[in-house]
Amino acid sequence: MIKHAEWLIVGHSKDFPNRIGRTIRLNDKEIAVFRTSENKLYAVENSNPHPKGGPLTESIVSGHYIYDPLRDWKIDLETGLVQDPDTGQVKTFDIREDGEEVKISL
Amino acid sequence: MINSKKKLVVIGNGMAGINTVEQILKLTDKYEITVLGSEPHPNYNRIMLSYVLEGSKTIEDIILNDLQWYEDQGITLYTGKMVRNIDGERKRIHTEDGLEIDYDLALIATGSQSFILPIPGKELPGVIGFRDIADCTAMLEAAKTYKKAAVIGGGLLGLEAAKGLVNLGMDVTVVHLMEDLMERQLDREASAMLKAELERQGIKFAMQMQTAEVYGQDRVQGLRFSDGSELEADLLVMAVGIKPNIQVAVQSGIETNRGIVVDDLMKTSMPDVYAVGECAEHRGICYGLVAPLFEQGSVIAKHLAGADTEGYAGSVVSTKLKISGVDVFSAGEFITAPEHTVIVAKDEWKRTYKKVLLRENKIVGTVLFGDVSESASLQKYVRQQTLMTDEIYGQLMGTGCSKDGAKTLSAETMADDEIVCGCNGVTKKAIVDAINENGLTTVDEIKACTGATRSCGGCKPVVEQILQYVLGDSFKSAAKQGICGCTTLSRDEIVAAIKTKGLTTTREVMNVLGWQNDEGCSKCRPALNYYLGMINPDTHENEEDSRFVNERLHANIQKDGTFTVVPRMYGGVTTPEDLKKIADVSLKYNVKVVKVTGGQRLDLIGVRKEDLPKVWEELDMPSGYAYAKSLRTVKTCVGSQFCRFGTQDSMGMGEVLERKFERLDFPAKFKLAVNGCPRNCAESCTKDIGIVGNDGGWEIFIGGNGGIKARLADSLCKVKTDDELIDIVAGVMQFYRETGQYLERTSEWVERTGLEEIQKAVVHDIDNRKALIERIEFTLKQLEDPWKKIIHNADSRKNLFEVVTPSMV
Ligand SMILES: Cc1cc2nc3c(=O)[nH]c(=O)nc-3n(C[C@H](O)[C@H](O)[C@H](O)COP(=O)(O)OP(=O)(O)OC[C@H]3O[C@@H](n4cnc5c(N)ncnc54)[C@H](O)[C@@H]3O)c2cc1C
Ligand code: SF4
Ligand code: FES
Repeated sequence: MIKHAEWLIVGHSKDFPNRIGRTIRLNDKEIAVFRTSENKLYAVENSNPHPKGGPLTESIVSGHYIYDPLRDWKIDLETGLVQDPDTGQVKTFDIREDGEEVKISL
Repeated sequence: MINSKKKLVVIGNGMAGINTVEQILKLTDKYEITVLGSEPHPNYNRIMLSYVLEGSKTIEDIILNDLQWYEDQGITLYTGKMVRNIDGERKRIHTEDGLEIDYDLALIATGSQSFILPIPGKELPGVIGFRDIADCTAMLEAAKTYKKAAVIGGGLLGLEAAKGLVNLGMDVTVVHLMEDLMERQLDREASAMLKAELERQGIKFAMQMQTAEVYGQDRVQGLRFSDGSELEADLLVMAVGIKPNIQVAVQSGIETNRGIVVDDLMKTSMPDVYAVGECAEHRGICYGLVAPLFEQGSVIAKHLAGADTEGYAGSVVSTKLKISGVDVFSAGEFITAPEHTVIVAKDEWKRTYKKVLLRENKIVGTVLFGDVSESASLQKYVRQQTLMTDEIYGQLMGTGCSKDGAKTLSAETMADDEIVCGCNGVTKKAIVDAINENGLTTVDEIKACTGATRSCGGCKPVVEQILQYVLGDSFKSAAKQGICGCTTLSRDEIVAAIKTKGLTTTREVMNVLGWQNDEGCSKCRPALNYYLGMINPDTHENEEDSRFVNERLHANIQKDGTFTVVPRMYGGVTTPEDLKKIADVSLKYNVKVVKVTGGQRLDLIGVRKEDLPKVWEELDMPSGYAYAKSLRTVKTCVGSQFCRFGTQDSMGMGEVLERKFERLDFPAKFKLAVNGCPRNCAESCTKDIGIVGNDGGWEIFIGGNGGIKARLADSLCKVKTDDELIDIVAGVMQFYRETGQYLERTSEWVERTGLEEIQKAVVHDIDNRKALIERIEFTLKQLEDPWKKIIHNADSRKNLFEVVTPSMV
C-alpha cells in the first residue's frame, strides 16, 4: 500500500541545531526533532514509552541514539525501540529537508 | 536400540513443573519427558506478570523457556491441552479432548487458580482474577477503554495489580476486608506505613469493607458492600486468594485435602504419581510462592535421578512486594506473641521500620519496611534460627560500619545447595560454579548465565556477596572498569591524556583515546566536558550537547517535563523586595508550587520550558545553580548579628563565600554551611564544607553528606582569620575539582583520597595551597551568569527553549 504522505512545514533548517532536540507542538501532540552529527533529522513522539511518560526533546544525542533526560533510557531514533535492559517503543515520524524547509509527515 | 528410557509425563507447564524438569535434566537423562499444559504459552515467569501489567516488561520478556528449548531438550510439549484424569491401573493419562498418553512416572504441577468470591454478579464481564497472561492482557485492554477499577484483596497480588492499573492510568480502589494490608505478611506498624506510601502513589483504599454483590448490566458497573454502600467500577480484579487446582487428582481418586496430599518425597497416594508446586499440600501446607516449589522440585529431581535426598521438610517463606519505591520484606514469624523478644527500630522521618523477633534468643522472624538491605542476611538467620549475638545485633541495628565484613562472611558460610535466588531456583553452588567455570566478574554476567537476579531482584545483594567472596582480591581489579561502557580507561588516565596530548573537545578525546562508541554516551560525555573545562578553564568551549538537560537549560527538569527555577539567595538571606518580585513572577507564570528548599532558598516549581527565559528576565536575579554540578547553597545560621550565642558572623561569611565561589563547576553538586558557634544550627556536619565559628576563629569540616551516602564531615583544620578561612576553602575546592571523579561527592572523595592527603595538599603545604588558589581564581574570572547570558542570546533562547508551533495543520 502506498502511504499518502502529507508533508507539513515545521521550520527552517537552521532551527534544528546539531545534537540538541527541539519540540514541535501540533494541536495537542508534541514531537521531538533531533539532528545527528551525520546531519540526519529524526522525529519521534515527545513522550517516553515508560508508563509514566516524560519528554524526550531534552535527551543527550549520540549517533542515532538518544538518552532520555528522566531515566536515562537509550532509544534508537531510527526504529523508536528502547534498548536493553529497558523495553518499549516510541512512535517515529517521517521528516525531511526540502531545500531549507524542514517537513514532517504525520 | 529399543528405547529404554522411562516415560515421565508432567501435567502443568508452569513454574514448578518446568523447574522440576530442569533440575531433573541437570542430574540425569534417563527420562523421556512429555509436558502437557492448559495455557497456550510456553513456560513463563508468572511472578513477572506484575511487571508486565506495570509496563516495565513485555510478555516476551517473561518467557522462561521458549519452544526451541523444549525441542533442544527432547521434550514433547502439548500446549493448550487440559488433562482430565490419570488412570493409575493402566498408567495412562487422559486429556479433555481425548488424547491418551502412557507414563511410567507422572508429575502433577497444575498450580492454582484465582479464588473468585461466590457473590452475585461474579460472572459479569469485566470481573477477573490475576493469575495468568490472559488475565493480564484483559487488564491491559480494559485500561484502554475504562477509567475506574476496583481490586478486591489487599494482599501482595492485589496491591501489585492495583499499582499496575494506576500506572495504566486508571482510578483504582483497593477493597480490603481486614484492618491491615498484607496482614498475612506484615504487622500493624509496617502495614500502616505501606498503606500511607501506596496512597502517596495514587492508590485509594476502602478498608474493612465486605463486598456483598457485583452489579452491572452487560458489564460490571460497581460493587455493593454489606453495609449498603457502593463503589463504581468498570473493571473488577479479585485477588482474594488462590485455590489449588486439584481436579485432576480428584478425578483420578488421588487423596486430596485443600491440595493434593504428598509425603516428604512429594509422592501422592497413587503409586508413581508425584505432585509439586501450589497444587501440592505438604504437612498441611499449600505454598503460594516460588521458593518452596523449587525446594520441592529439587527433592523430586534427586529422588528420580536416584541420588540420596533427605526429603522435603517444609520451607520458611519470605515475601517481597514488587512495587517500585515500596520496599517491604517479611520472613518467618512476624506477629509479636508473648514468648517473643522483640527488637524494633522505627524511623518516621526516613520512613523505615525494622523488626526482628527472637524466641529463646533465636532469630525466628522479621519485618522490614523502607530499607530492606538486611533482608538477605535476615532471611538466612530466620531459616537457620541463628542465635542472636552482639555481632549480629551490631550488624542489624548498629551504625552499619562493619557491614561489609559481616556480609562477606555470610556468603562464605552459606551451604552449597542453599537457594540464593528464590525466583529462579539458583543455588549458591550454581553461582559459584558459573563464576569459576566461565570467569564471570559481574552480576549481569551471572544473571545471563544462571538466571539469578532475573526476576524480583531481591537476591542481588547476596549474589554480589558471593561474587566478592569467590573472586576475593581479584574482585576489585576485575571490577576495575572504564568510566563508562564506551572505554576501558579510568578517570585518571583520561585526565592525564587530555593534559599531555592537549585534547580540547569531547570528540577529540573519544577519537584519540579509541572510544568504542563514536559519540560516547550519557555517562562519559558530561564527564569529559567537565574534565576539559577543569583543565582548560579559559579556552574550553562548553559543549551544550554534552550537558545533562538541567545544566543545558539551567533549570531542574521535573517528572512532568516542566522545570524548577531557583534564584540565588546568598547565605539564605533575602529581602522583602525580592520576595515581592518572586511572588509576582510566580503568579504571572502560573508556578505550581513555591517551596522552601533544604538549602534555604525558594523553589519555583512547574515552569514551562518556553517560559524559562522570561521568568529569569523578570526575576532579574542570579541563577541559584540548583540544577548544576556546582556550588549550590551556603546554608547559614543567624550568627553573631542576632543570635545570643553567636560568636562569629555566619550570615556575613556565608554571603561572602557564596558570592565568591558561585558558578564554579565541580565534579558533583557542592554545598556549604557556616555556623556562628558550635551549636551548629546550620548543620555543617552534613555539608561538603562545613564551617563552625568559635571564640578565636573557625573550624573547617569536609566530606559531610546528608544524601545517598550519609556521612558526618571530618575536621580538616582550625583557622584564626577570615582570610585564612577563605583560602583554605578555595584550596579544598580546587583540589577536589582537580582530583575528584565526575559525579563523585566529597564524602566519597575524602574517603578515597584520605583526610591526611587533603590536609597535606591544602593545609600544610603552603606553596601548593597558593598554586591551587591561583588556579581557582583564574577559573573564577571566566565565569558569567548563565541566565543573563541566555536572555541576551536570541539564538540559544530560540533553539533551546522555544517550541515550534506550525500555524496550519
Ligand atoms: C501476578 C503474580 C505475582 C506473583 N508474584 C510472586 C512473587 O513475587 N514471589 C513469589 O514467590 N511468587 C509470586 N507469585 C506466585 C508464583 O507465581 C506461583 O507460586 C508459582 O507460579 C506456582 O507455580 P506452579 O507451577 O505451582 O503453578 P503455575 O505456575 O500456576 O503453573 C501451573 C500450570 O498448570 C496448568 N494447568 C492447570 N491445570 C491443568 C490441567 N488440568 N492440565 C494441564 N495443565 C494444567 C496451568 O495452566 C498453569 O500453566 C505470583 C503469582 C502471580 C499470579
Ligand atoms: S550555631 Fe550558634 S550562632 Fe548560629 S544560630 Fe546556632 S546558636 Fe546561634
Ligand atoms: S530471588 Fe527474585 S530474582 Fe532472585
